Amino acid sequence: MSLLDYFKTSKASSASLAKERLQILVAHERSSRNEPSYLPQLQKELLEVIRKYVNVEQDAISVTFEQSDTQETLELNIVLPENQTNTSQHNNPSER
Amino acid sequence: MARIIVVTSGKGGVGKTTTSAAIAMGLAKKGHKTAVIDFDVGLRNLDLIMGCERRVVYDFVNVINGEASLNQALIRDKNCNLLYILPASQTRDKDALSQEGVGKILDELKKDFKYIVCDSPAGIEKGAHLAMYFADDAFIVTNPEVSSVRDSDRMLGILSSKSRRAEQNEEPIKEFLLLSRYSPDRVKLGEMLSVDDVQEILSLHLLGVIPESKSVLTASNSGIPVILDEKSDAGQAYADIVARYLGEDRPHRFIDEKKGLFGKLFGSK
Repeated sequence: MSLLDYFKTSKASSASLAKERLQILVAHERSSRNEPSYLPQLQKELLEVIRKYVNVEQDAISVTFEQSDTQETLELNIVLPENQTNTSQHNNPSER
Repeated sequence: MARIIVVTSGKGGVGKTTTSAAIAMGLAKKGHKTAVIDFDVGLRNLDLIMGCERRVVYDFVNVINGEASLNQALIRDKNCNLLYILPASQTRDKDALSQEGVGKILDELKKDFKYIVCDSPAGIEKGAHLAMYFADDAFIVTNPEVSSVRDSDRMLGILSSKSRRAEQNEEPIKEFLLLSRYSPDRVKLGEMLSVDDVQEILSLHLLGVIPESKSVLTASNSGIPVILDEKSDAGQAYADIVARYLGEDRPHRFIDEKKGLFGKLFGSK
């Protein structure tokens, strides 16, 4: 590295910012690429069912799909409101 | 055995048509009978870049509809007699192309041509889908810029799931990165994503870097594929790309900035 480079790299460049943003974005979009297409609908219907019993927010439920060589995992995570029950979080991973 | 190459990017304006024209000409100049097809129905432009816009009589859609034969629609290039152009139609009917129709034309072309270059439209609509559906190889044209890199990654996902090879569980499409409009000076200043950055994000095999060059506009102004401008940096970059695709081992150029005396004295390399 020359003396000149030292001065140039002293503050974070916009290119490195671009790279960082892209890496996060691309990783996220790739992970959702292999998801089954029924996932959003499943999430919506589950939310409706849960709301019959507990008043939860729209974003209180998350459905994630993970795929490895040997198995596919569907993870369902529902955050219940604190005042309604003594278990604040209910975790229910189910495998297909 | 004929090979079908799709030139795609997702994003518009990154240089798909410039690239299609250049590599089709490059392959033909190397002695391979080549056809280049414009899939941008409604917005055809390959004819302009190839300089044959006044010789278009029949187009891709005419052939699909049986209104003209393939031989009637194919235009022989004025600079190279091994190169043929199949122009897109200017119809506004979005459903003018059908998978069956495109498949039939490609099968017919495969009997006679060594390489078939499919110039994809921007976006992920039907034209873009059909341009890549039958491909054996994909040239992903990307600019060192966030939206282009993101769209390229999106196209990679589509290539690996919605193509004929993917659907029939055949060997996947071979994907190559062509990084265009590259400015080594700006990369050095930290203003532009570098080749390494883009490769790291997309993890693609780099076929070549095409520098930002005035010669690209000059070439399109005159309707001559830039690869024929052998003195230009972009022309040489495309010549390298064609040679590498055909299996020649050529070192990458145009990645480092041109150095003046100052740079030579104080530069790191």
